[in-house]
Amino acid sequence: MRDLDVSRITEEVKEAVIKANLELGQDMLDALRKAIGKEESPLGKEILEKLVENAKIAREERIPMCQDTGFVVVFAQVGQDVHLVGGSFQDAIEEGVRRGYKEGYLRKSLCHPFTRKNTGDNTPVIVHAEIIPGEDLRLWVVPKGGGGENMSRLFMLPPSAGWKGVKERVVEAVIQAGPNPCPPTIVGVGIGGDFEKCALLAKKALLRPVGTPNHDPELRALEEELLEAINNSGVGPQGLGGRVTSLAVHILLVPSHIASLPVGINIQCHANRHIEIVL
Amino acid sequence: MNQPIELVPPLSDQDVERLRAGDRVLINGTIYSARDSAHKRLAELIQKGRSLPIPLQGQIIYYLGPSPAPPGKVIGAAGPTTAYRMDPYTPDLLAQGLKAMIGKGKRSKEVIDAMIRHKAVYLAAIGGAGALISKCIKEVRIAAYEDLGPEAIRELRVEELPVIVVIDTQGNNLYEEGRKKYSRSG
Repeated sequence: MRDLDVSRITEEVKEAVIKANLELGQDMLDALRKAIGKEESPLGKEILEKLVENAKIAREERIPMCQDTGFVVVFAQVGQDVHLVGGSFQDAIEEGVRRGYKEGYLRKSLCHPFTRKNTGDNTPVIVHAEIIPGEDLRLWVVPKGGGGENMSRLFMLPPSAGWKGVKERVVEAVIQAGPNPCPPTIVGVGIGGDFEKCALLAKKALLRPVGTPNHDPELRALEEELLEAINNSGVGPQGLGGRVTSLAVHILLVPSHIASLPVGINIQCHANRHIEIVL
Repeated sequence: MNQPIELVPPLSDQDVERLRAGDRVLINGTIYSARDSAHKRLAELIQKGRSLPIPLQGQIIYYLGPSPAPPGKVIGAAGPTTAYRMDPYTPDLLAQGLKAMIGKGKRSKEVIDAMIRHKAVYLAAIGGAGALISKCIKEVRIAAYEDLGPEAIRELRVEELPVIVVIDTQGNNLYEEGRKKYSRSG
């Protein structure tokens, strides 16, 4: 058993939300640079170049890469031999977000669904925690923008739809989204589970660094097949036409009920922000 | 690609009628930022026949809710937000003489019809390039609805703000044309 003071969580989360919004990860920079070489549209190519330049300005001038600095989602793996002391886990995370969004000059983007009154400090935070063996606490801090989230979809397909049905729905979702979620995007696909599990898997799939292959060779092949179909759509960078609509498709799959084939599709814009913390 | 065309508001019908979907444009001068909540308020005032806190005749509205300005800067990240959420309010604003909108993403048929009727254009800035775009914004003043925070209407003085004409006054649409050009059956 290990004691861990929650004040450390606050400090790390604060740093993570600022870093995530100011410093685009190396995986995304590599993917954007690679995409410049693939893009056939001159305008598309120019847009991809500007996105790389944008990331550079954000990092050097300490300004967020995108004004939509997101709502914060935290995926947590809590070791069952960790004893959290000094306060509540949720409060510690939210205090980190509160401080990070203030000190980092990040936009507060949460409001009441009907009155639209801003909560003022970018809380609450959406926390998905699972208990795992061991003494480590692992957090993935993900500021998620509204544009891609609004274009995300969930389908409860009949089992007869099979892979063909899943593929059609994913490609259709990306084409219908068109320019709205700021392509080039990353597409997270959660297959199986139930209603909420497939959505959660779709979001969790986005945590994998872009450019790293799926561990499962069958899913890897399906990801490649989907990416090709998506990029044949011609939507292109910013939806203005081109060969690079998505930079990657990430799939997670778990068993489903014998009556169902749930599919969650979570679309992530090119400002793909996620920081991993181990405590 | 052609050389960019310069636009300086206030714009006349002729200024926007010469623009074609796919043209690149650089904007110089004063524009206004407004997004969801500000649009709702403006449309309500128009419906009631009241006067507006900003002029619309010949003006450009940028769909923007910037991040806060860090010390020493006039504004934070300042990229476009998705435009369809402003669609329900846009025909009313176009009827008041609004000549151009800067955003990203698709527009409704009602908006495109109103753009053709009132001679206006829809321009796209690069979504997610908030740090880059902020460098084109030289001065910022809150023009109305300060209580809305990031959604307040701001008067922005911009220099060489780069945008692309997506929908022109004839209803040509680069989102449709661009996709058609690069789609492949696979």
